[in-house]
Amino acid sequence: MKNKMSIAYTDKNYIYAVSRIRSAELRLLDHSVFDRLCEAGDTDECRTILAEKGFGGGLEDADELLAFERRKLWDLIAELVPDTSVFDVFRLSGDYDNLKAAIKESVLDEEMPGIYTEEASLDPMLIRRAVRERNYRILPGSMAELAGECHDIFLRTRDGQLCDIMIDRAALAAMQEAAARTGDAVLKSYASIRAAAADIKIASRAVMTGKDETFLDRALAECDGLDREKLIKAAASGMEGIYAYLENTDFSDAIPELRRSQAAFERWCDDKIIREIKPQLWNSFGLGPIAAYIIARETEIRSVRILLAAKQNGFPEDMIRERIRETYV
Amino acid sequence: MENMGLLFALCGAALSAALAGIGSAVGVGIAGRAASGVVTEDPNQFSKVLVLQLLPGTQGIYGLLIAFITLTQIGIMGGDSNVTLQEGLLYLVSCLPMAFGGLFSAIAQGKCSVSAIGLVAKRPDQFGKAMIFPAMVETYAILSLLISILSIFGVSGLGL
Repeated sequence: MKNKMSIAYTDKNYIYAVSRIRSAELRLLDHSVFDRLCEAGDTDECRTILAEKGFGGGLEDADELLAFERRKLWDLIAELVPDTSVFDVFRLSGDYDNLKAAIKESVLDEEMPGIYTEEASLDPMLIRRAVRERNYRILPGSMAELAGECHDIFLRTRDGQLCDIMIDRAALAAMQEAAARTGDAVLKSYASIRAAAADIKIASRAVMTGKDETFLDRALAECDGLDREKLIKAAASGMEGIYAYLENTDFSDAIPELRRSQAAFERWCDDKIIREIKPQLWNSFGLGPIAAYIIARETEIRSVRILLAAKQNGFPEDMIRERIRETYV
Repeated sequence: MENMGLLFALCGAALSAALAGIGSAVGVGIAGRAASGVVTEDPNQFSKVLVLQLLPGTQGIYGLLIAFITLTQIGIMGGDSNVTLQEGLLYLVSCLPMAFGGLFSAIAQGKCSVSAIGLVAKRPDQFGKAMIFPAMVETYAILSLLISILSIFGVSGLGL
């Protein structure tokens, strides 16, 4: 009875959260702001423009500024959504990166405090402790089994790359599973595009570095957007084989970008996700608008990071514009 | 058994007040959640979102009105309460348009108000237009009210 009552009083449509998100969307950086940032003379001018827009909390250091914005985003989400695990899809990759770091740290028996990321759903120290003490049961579900397997492989073979590809593949699978669990179309589409993009990047790099099909079979994750087996076969005939395969997929428009560079392809993927989530600007119910806002903010933070780094290194304006992502608003 | 007519008529009045009231409570409730979200971010929008929140509340009032008219017609509020079975059933049916029309239109209007509140959050200057969208849903509640009123007075005019 108590359970039924709690279900009845849970706001499954996230109405309060979505209306707060509607107001928060007004504070997102739009095209005009990025135009001004691109035209700015140096990083100081960029920081002034960002401060005018309430971005960065007036912090001087670029890393601190971006970390502050990310914290602000997740503090808001924690305030709006009682159970933030529905958005694990955005933070699971951090958990798996921390797992890689913990295994390396444990095998090499060195203290590497700076290698853990806080942008994760699990406490990095929990993963570190699980690997150090070989007590994998304290890790959730499939990660526990994977951690033990990778730790053993690294100890036996000292092949860090093999562990990395196994963990990366598991991270993509976990991300898609987490999205499927929510049942939300935006999250599922996001996870599917991210996984497919990761597979394409891995296949391209494998071709460029002369890796064989066995490597690709281990590295590529299953995803809805692409046929994994066909991509492996296509990669065997080189980059042209990959382009020919992509021609008949949702990624056909990405071929010119992939021909240009991996960075251009990454930008195309980010822009594709932004275009996919734009209808959420007019949706008043459900997880979709909140998920879209998180994606928009993460993309915005990524664009500001690229912009500040480019300005610091004196890149010309045209080159910076090419790297800036499409905006949500 | 001889009061069955009165019982059915009372059921109609109760359904009208209760279902339209439930619809309004749900509608005003969901619009209130959205309004709270906007006011949390921008307290200056309070008066605008309050109007939008209250729009789905009218169905509850219409339901109450139909219940009052029915109670008056069947003599519960005073006078002769001699209602035949036939009359009672007719009163019950007369109340149904308001009961169900009120229930569903209030919920639909509440959802529409939520979207309108989102519009006001983004463009406060478009409040007038934002109000029109949920107000359109009101049309169907008014049509239900009209039919229920005409039917109730029609039944009493039949003299069964």
